[in-house]
Amino acid sequence: MGLVMADELLLAILLTSVPLILAATGELVAEKSGVLNLGVEGMMLMGAVAAFGVASLTGSPYLGILGGGLAGLLISLIFAVFVLGLATNQVATGLALTIFGTGLSGLIGAPLVGQSIDGLPSLIIPWISDIPMIGAFFRLDFLAYLAVVLVGLTAYVLNHTQFGLVLRAVGINHDSAHALGYPVLRVRFMAVLFGGFMAGLGGGYLPLVLTPHWAEGMTSGRGWIALALVVFASWRPWRVTAGAILFGGITIMQLVGQARGWAVPSQFLSMLPYFATIVVLVLISRGGRAQFGAPAHLGKNFLITR
Amino acid sequence: MIILQKRKDIPTYLTIAVPIIAILITVLAGGIIFALLGYPPLAALYEFFIAPLSRPDQVGNLLVKACPLIIISTGLIFCYRANVWNIGAEGQLILGAMGAGWVALSFPEAESPFMIVAMAVMAMLAGALWGAIPGLLKIRFKASEILVSLMLTYIAIFLVDWTVRSPWRDPLAFGFPLTKAYPDAGLIPVMSLPGIGRLGQLHWGVPVAFLVAICGWFYLTRSLGGYQIKLMGDAPRAGRFAGFNQGRVTMFVMMVSGGLAGLAGMIEVSANIGMLQPQISFGYGFTAIIVAFLARLNPLAAIAAGLVVALAELGGDTAQISMRIPKVVTGIFNGILLFMLLAGETLTHYRIVWVGVTEKANIEKASIEKANIKKDGASHG
Repeated sequence: MGLVMADELLLAILLTSVPLILAATGELVAEKSGVLNLGVEGMMLMGAVAAFGVASLTGSPYLGILGGGLAGLLISLIFAVFVLGLATNQVATGLALTIFGTGLSGLIGAPLVGQSIDGLPSLIIPWISDIPMIGAFFRLDFLAYLAVVLVGLTAYVLNHTQFGLVLRAVGINHDSAHALGYPVLRVRFMAVLFGGFMAGLGGGYLPLVLTPHWAEGMTSGRGWIALALVVFASWRPWRVTAGAILFGGITIMQLVGQARGWAVPSQFLSMLPYFATIVVLVLISRGGRAQFGAPAHLGKNFLITR
Repeated sequence: MIILQKRKDIPTYLTIAVPIIAILITVLAGGIIFALLGYPPLAALYEFFIAPLSRPDQVGNLLVKACPLIIISTGLIFCYRANVWNIGAEGQLILGAMGAGWVALSFPEAESPFMIVAMAVMAMLAGALWGAIPGLLKIRFKASEILVSLMLTYIAIFLVDWTVRSPWRDPLAFGFPLTKAYPDAGLIPVMSLPGIGRLGQLHWGVPVAFLVAICGWFYLTRSLGGYQIKLMGDAPRAGRFAGFNQGRVTMFVMMVSGGLAGLAGMIEVSANIGMLQPQISFGYGFTAIIVAFLARLNPLAAIAAGLVVALAELGGDTAQISMRIPKVVTGIFNGILLFMLLAGETLTHYRIVWVGVTEKANIEKASIEKANIKKDGASHG
């Protein structure tokens, strides 16, 4: 395999990992505040259809990014109202969000099927992008660069600011945080909305960069893989990124295998990302190591009552 | 300002009113969504919820649609009562269909009535096995059963796709991804009702579904095992003190729900399709989650809930043909319905009270003080 070929492969892997990086980073923030949102798949689909629709209507893929993020944010608002306002079961509400988002995106997207858009162009940074291997990191598009910035920002805010400290405190023990006078619900509200925005961006990346079409259910389980990535990364933003690139590698490996006619049936290659998710979950969760970094009050509701 | 106040006792009328109100709000919300998207709302709602029942034979078809939903949701109720979140029933259904298909295709000459029994047993075994994997990984490695069971669904979809395209493909199917047709002994016949005759596609799987729900209800509400499941879900610590084994309960509910989903898969194929093909289920494994919640985790209520949700499924088919409304709309209804049911659950236990801004501030202050006492108590004790 030549250097050029390896370079192309690396680029493909990076592009495939971007939706996972975005969605998983958003979910990480929500989970750090103690909210488990299983609606990532539905939010990503809403982001994907909105990004495609906006890009198709306005002709601008950059407005598409905005549309995707806002759609994810809006639909996560529903989740926030139910889980935070009405203290509904987080697992079931997340499932409802995924079912609802899958249906709504399909309905909105029905007239868009068969259309295609101009995707986000690659922004090639001169000189550095010619370096073998490393160069691939500098031939990405705006949203991919933005993803890296957002991960860095998330890591910084979570670990080095007072807001991050409060957010983590709320996730570890909402009673104590409440006793200290921190606004538990308001912090969680913002975390959920951030998660929705990021999932919307991640979903939007699919039609804006990976395939310039809209198809019903086009995320094909990426939202769920993003959820697994958060566990895999022990709730740390940069590890999420590393994990997403690993999964991008597995996905691309499957395509390479199909293209080269490996003696394995294509269906088995297609199973790889899902199979890898299970293996990773087992390895990480083993011996309770996942509890390392897991917010103690993850999935538990907080309610002020009289 | 709104505040939630815990009810001292839950009035009976609420437990019945909540699901009904949830359904009504869902229909209303559906109408609004139709209107927003430019479909005439009343006509669309008519196509969805009334037109499917305008002919008597459609009642039979409604029961046929409800059949897998009732069976699968009964199994899921076992899981959810135990606070075990199996959301991979779709995959377990597919594995069940494959298990039954393996028996049917292995004995193409079979004529024995035991054939269908053997297929049902194999389907339940295969489904239970697929359900046991997330259960085992949960109790052994603490891996999330939510994610594992869902990942296994994707794997099952590719697995059945491969089998019907490669090893089990009928060489005479002109390259179509289909297996050979099952022998007659492996099919579930259409039912003939006394005095009425055939009612649409009504088949013998439907009474089986009713039986499954009744048995499930009996087990969950009238046996020690059912009590263990409930205790493990509501108060796992108390359950452990009582000497119940949480791991064993987890495995049991995962295998019951997997087995029942597998049975539903076998019935779907043997009654409606007659051979294996890439697509066996139309998301019944996911829709059954809604049914379980609509039934408020009661298998007997799952019969009625299954029929309600099946009506929307059937309506989705009618509306797609007559008004070109995409089939995915059914998913929107299902999602909204689940949201409303969950909100209803909260409103059953809490009362919404309107309070003034200052009163709300006072309540929050009192709550902070209470939390402080709790915190200090915990650190001293």
